Amino acid sequence: MIKLKKNIPLIDQHDKHGFWGGKFGGSFIPETLRKPIDDLTVKFEKLRKDKKFLAERDYYYNNWVHKGPTPFIKLENLTNHLGGARIYAKVVSAARGGAHKIYGAITAAMLCKKMNKRYLVTDTGAGYNGKMFSIAAKHFGLKCKVFMGHKDYLRQQPNVDAMKKNGAEVVPVYTGSQTLVDAVSEVMRYWVSNHEKVHLGVGSTVSANIFVKICGWSTAQISRELKKQMIDEFGKIPKKVKLLNCVGGGSSAYGLWSEFMDYDKRQISFEGIEAGGPKNSKKHAAPLSNNSKIGVLHGAAQMVCQDKFGQISETESISAGLDYPGVSPLHCFLKEAGRANYVSQTDEDALSAYKLIRKLENKINPSLEPSHAFARAIAIAPKLSKNTIIIVNSCGDALKDKHIIKKRLGKY
Amino acid sequence: MTASLIGQAFRKCKAEGRPALLTYTVAGDPTKKKSLDILKAISKNVDIIESGMAFSTPIADGGDIQTSAHRAIQAGINLNETFKIIKEFKKSKYPRPVILMGYWNLILQFNENKFIKFCKKSGVSGLIIVDLPHPENKAFAKKCKKNEITFIQLLSPTTSKQRMKQIIKDSHNMIYYISQSSTTGGKLKVTPKEILKNYNKIRNLAKGKNCVIGFGITDKNISKFKSANGVVVGSLNSKIITNAIKKKHNPVIKLDKMTRKLKSKII
Ligand SMILES: Cc1ncc(COP(=O)(O)O)c(C=O)c1O
Repeated sequence: MIKLKKNIPLIDQHDKHGFWGGKFGGSFIPETLRKPIDDLTVKFEKLRKDKKFLAERDYYYNNWVHKGPTPFIKLENLTNHLGGARIYAKVVSAARGGAHKIYGAITAAMLCKKMNKRYLVTDTGAGYNGKMFSIAAKHFGLKCKVFMGHKDYLRQQPNVDAMKKNGAEVVPVYTGSQTLVDAVSEVMRYWVSNHEKVHLGVGSTVSANIFVKICGWSTAQISRELKKQMIDEFGKIPKKVKLLNCVGGGSSAYGLWSEFMDYDKRQISFEGIEAGGPKNSKKHAAPLSNNSKIGVLHGAAQMVCQDKFGQISETESISAGLDYPGVSPLHCFLKEAGRANYVSQTDEDALSAYKLIRKLENKINPSLEPSHAFARAIAIAPKLSKNTIIIVNSCGDALKDKHIIKKRLGKY
Repeated sequence: MTASLIGQAFRKCKAEGRPALLTYTVAGDPTKKKSLDILKAISKNVDIIESGMAFSTPIADGGDIQTSAHRAIQAGINLNETFKIIKEFKKSKYPRPVILMGYWNLILQFNENKFIKFCKKSGVSGLIIVDLPHPENKAFAKKCKKNEITFIQLLSPTTSKQRMKQIIKDSHNMIYYISQSSTTGGKLKVTPKEILKNYNKIRNLAKGKNCVIGFGITDKNISKFKSANGVVVGSLNSKIITNAIKKKHNPVIKLDKMTRKLKSKII
């Protein structure tokens, strides 16, 4: 049984080859990328100890992303309606641009400048990561290129429009399933050919070791804020807390959980909700909850949806942001260590949850990604006592899903 | 035994005063049968065969080889079938040494040891694993060596000198130099002269090893690399298959013609 260490951020609990738990992660990369990745690693490890760099980051994270921490609110009506555990939301969607991806984008832009590069590239699924990169690039005076599967390009139009408005170039990717997996492949290829001038920021805690670390280091802001907000709200960290988060690559979930790793799981438990896809579809994007085998995708060893010959499977989900066959090595590690639990919810579950939330709560408008996590909250809350606190990361705003929601639920 | 076939092929070319011609085609592209026919036809003019193990998510390949891999998977290729193709090829008239090239996940899922066993049984002489870099590949490379399979280390223009020395030290009898920072199929953005300058540095560090150049090599520029131990042509072949399919030509004939042309430019 692999074990978590205490008092060390999870992102740093890897061995010298970059593996968490001796087997998840690593850097399975073409030789050409070794040097750019080594250079980035050295730079990042140096800067994360640099007071000036940290002060600049803190300014952006604490003020520019949102004036003060993003809201932490009780969902009073939902709680009363379900009659069980008390349900709260960490409203990360209030962040500039509407999702947690803004943290990684700011870090990427800051690193890009420190690497003396002027060109930022990234992948996007839901379009939020691309949108945030376009916002950060614009602010920091950088050029920006975003790779996006063509299917996502069509279904997340509002975010595509936002990226273009911010001056980013959006490159639709037509290979494979035309979703996030293809966008990540393509941005990695682009980086192989253009690493001298271009800085790559990966949109989630996936890909080679260093990208997992940089992304997790960024989204960790969410739980730093939450910890303080919980103490403000409850006077202390309550006795029984469940932190629920949707998991695509796993950056928002890592961000929500990172400060709480060392707590006993009987006090603070983690539940990751993957995309189960359409109710009757065999395709899903839930490698952890379906016990997929370990494999190598996009430079990292991880649980990944694949066939018996190792071909990566096509996935299907209403949420472009969750529609990915792999998952962060951090989450593979957390699952194997028994620290976190992973389940999946279907497209239909997410839509019903969205509908119920909109009926009962006017302060949040969660996109279909966090709606998967709300679906889980709705399913378990009635069975729990009011002494249990459920906190859901409402990590994205639904505006980008307005066309899908209108089509599936009749109105947005 | 099989690994030494690679050495023999290089020695023969050296004796003829020319570089070895290596061609890359994806096993199973455009179909299992056609890809075998292609190997049988081109091997007359080719010294070492590189056969691609089609992978769904090839992060180091450009559009042409991606298309080939996709086509091969659609046509039902998998590792079992790939080995069958190699085995058949090795029984043909010009059974050149075969190098399998691909991504680590396929081997991981097939099982490392079983994979090596199948390589031996079907007559594979060497392996190139694109996403299993040094030093992480050391254990597997050792296993290959023990089984007389050449594990081919890759070097690129971004590889530092210090790293180069370590990689060369752990390399077997063949090294692959990636001509430029690009995926496969990228147009040459550096001059052959510059590529050869880097290449010669490696040759000096890797005395006695056979070092080939690949990525971006076509019929247009291959003659510039006559001084190398070997040259690899890959994406061009994928492109020819794609075009042949589009125009309803026979890709076997088209590729046979092209390899003849390639060979004529390096002798
Ligand atoms: C709002 C939202 N939530 C969740 C995700 C899933 O990514 P991750 O698991 O990295 O948070 C995305 C990805 O695009 C997203 O936009």
